[in-house]
Amino acid sequence: MAILELERLSRHFEVRPGFVDRVVRRKPSSYIKAVEALNLTVGHNEILGIAGESGCGKSTTCTMVAGLLAPTGGDIRYKGDSVLDLKGAGLMEYRRRVQMIFQDPYESLNPRFRISEIVAEGPTALSLWDGDEIDERVNAMLNAVGLPHHKYADRYPHELSGGERQRVGIASALVMEPEMVIADEPLSMLDVSIRAGILDLFKDMQSQRHFSAIYVSHDLSILGNVADRLMVMYLGQAMEIGPALEVIRNPKHPYTRALIGAVPVPDPRTRRAIPNIRGDISKPIDPPPGCRFAPRCPHADASCGERFMELDTADPHLHQAACHKLDVINDG
Amino acid sequence: MAATTEPVLSIRNLGVAYETSQGPVHAVSDVSFDVGADEVFGIAGESGCGKSTLIRSLLRLLPNNGTMTAERCTYKGRDLMAMSDEAFRSTIQWQEISLVPQSAMASFNPVYRVGDQIIESMRAHRRMGRAEAWERAAGLFDVVGLQADLLRNYPHEFSGGMRQRAMIAMALSLDPGLIIMDEPTTGLDVLVQERILRRIREIRAEIHSAIILITHDIAVIAEMSDRIAIMYGGEIMELAPSVDLFENPHHPYTLGLENAFPSIRNVGKDLISIPGSPPTLVGPVESCPFEPRCPFRIDGCAAANPAVVDVGDGHQVRCLQTGDVARMRTLAREKSTWRS
Ligand SMILES: Nc1ncnc2c1ncn2[C@@H]1O[C@H](COP(=O)(O)OP(=O)(O)OP(=O)(O)O)[C@@H](O)[C@H]1O
Ligand SMILES: Nc1ncnc2c1ncn2[C@@H]1O[C@H](COP(=O)(O)OP(=O)(O)OP(=O)(O)O)[C@@H](O)[C@H]1O
Ligand SMILES: [Mg+2]
Ligand SMILES: [Mg+2]
Repeated sequence: MAILELERLSRHFEVRPGFVDRVVRRKPSSYIKAVEALNLTVGHNEILGIAGESGCGKSTTCTMVAGLLAPTGGDIRYKGDSVLDLKGAGLMEYRRRVQMIFQDPYESLNPRFRISEIVAEGPTALSLWDGDEIDERVNAMLNAVGLPHHKYADRYPHELSGGERQRVGIASALVMEPEMVIADEPLSMLDVSIRAGILDLFKDMQSQRHFSAIYVSHDLSILGNVADRLMVMYLGQAMEIGPALEVIRNPKHPYTRALIGAVPVPDPRTRRAIPNIRGDISKPIDPPPGCRFAPRCPHADASCGERFMELDTADPHLHQAACHKLDVINDG
Repeated sequence: MAATTEPVLSIRNLGVAYETSQGPVHAVSDVSFDVGADEVFGIAGESGCGKSTLIRSLLRLLPNNGTMTAERCTYKGRDLMAMSDEAFRSTIQWQEISLVPQSAMASFNPVYRVGDQIIESMRAHRRMGRAEAWERAAGLFDVVGLQADLLRNYPHEFSGGMRQRAMIAMALSLDPGLIIMDEPTTGLDVLVQERILRRIREIRAEIHSAIILITHDIAVIAEMSDRIAIMYGGEIMELAPSVDLFENPHHPYTLGLENAFPSIRNVGKDLISIPGSPPTLVGPVESCPFEPRCPFRIDGCAAANPAVVDVGDGHQVRCLQTGDVARMRTLAREKSTWRS
């Protein structure tokens, strides 16, 4: 059974014009449609990767799932029950089980707390264990993310490097022994060697107990390494989903193809292929109707602006792309 | 690619220490390099090895407990060490040397519109009307792939990568002579990244800026840099022209690092990581900082910090065993070599 289901989840943000435009010119509000009719199922013990353009709605999706932002449409179900009307103790319990690792480690750590206090905050607030055990677990977790507690426990966030801060965020989430982790670019500031160690930590948790994760990253090779399934988004819509390695090796959607084609290789003699998409920048404010990738798609025709295909994500083995023109593309 | 003309930035024996309750932490020691006009100088190295500290010291942005020392630190021939804070702020910082900080996503003031912040910073340094500044900001937003309408939005209405891009736009706004970018692409997908890096290369050719690029993304550093410095434990371990560094690596740390590069060409393959943990940097440097983790260490490594050896063509290595590099390269490819 699925642990998490997103059903036509949407989040729109209103962008109000300036006072003069609004009152004198009666200009209507515009909308940033950050997430649009997103369907997603995450299985027990599954790590689901999300990749996509900067600004395509990954963090917005994460914060909604973590119960920190209300959707403007659709539903989020955890173990079958909607989490949207959770309140009080129920919401607290949900937030303990589902932990979020935030994208920006410069914004998310309380500057007045020492590192040990930051990591101990969650367990202490909920009295998960007695004081000594909390200390022990906090120290063990700091060590596990490569921040030896004798060196780091008493420091403040401003005394840490970017990658060190990022690991404090990881430790704070994992120390809660969550059932599910929503990891938003958790390793973006870490070097490959430390990354490998923390990915092992995720995989250990996954193998030792019921543990699922949504793992957002721009690094497709990490996603290929850690994620069971991969979803690719563009401007709020899901473009493709399937087993991670299959999506990376045989991308179907024109956007995914362009994305994977543009991954640079660590070799100063090779130049990146120029992506086969049209150059216009994407427009999150009042996005085009239908498939939002259509204005940049080399294969698009008028029909693409009319309707968008929603994906059925319940079958974890299915590899699908939200594109009407796959036949044409694959022939050419 | 050693610069034939006068370097834009020249530093010798730069060090930074942080005062802590456990004693001074030597976050950066004995760093020397030049950045040529028109050059892209890449810096890579483990988390916590001192990259941000190094560039914060160059821009006088160290926190109160940090102190910088240097034998030389010049920008276009001007001695930065001799300059007062005031002179530095009014003539160098931001207009001559701009910075995309690692904290770029959190760098905008939350209560002002992003566009206003960018044009105010331009107008503070240049005579420019609001309309002209706004137009320039819109042009810069196009460079970083952002819809110009977004200039009217507040920072919290931007995604992480959008804020990072807005900061890149701001760092380009005054045509500085040196642009320092600390992890500028952590929030960017590869397509947006490709666009921005391509446009930065074009702009750089027009305005003749040098760039210092710090990143963990080895593919990006390979793509962009003319020369690359690999740091470990506060020191530069190896410095070489990019192609030479990749095809002819010498330092054991560089060899270990290259094993751990993930590549889209071989996803799913196990990566070999370097066991052990980084040095604490408390107290003076008396041995090679990589010695405890180095599979090729010999007796001399712990006795003194090795001097920098030039192995030819401006390729510098801080290691005693540069003569034995062929053997080390072969062994470094074996996973068993890196077992602790
Ligand atoms: N509070 C808000 N008000 C208005 N717009 C918002 C708000 N939060 C996010 N947005 C917009 O929603 C869209 C999606 O943002 P989100 O942060 O989810 O992107 P993302 O996929 O995480 O991008 P990145 O990879 O750059 O972090 C963006 O266009 C952003 O400008
Ligand atoms: N204000 C401070 N006081 C004490 N130590 C500090 C302070 N700031 C940084 N450090 C320490 O100095 C070392 C170098 O930090 P720096 O931020 O330069 O690393 P970095 O190479 O940029 O790492 P990253 O890639 O993770 O950003 C780290 O071990 C860090 O913990
Ligand atoms: Mg985000
Ligand atoms: Mg840093």
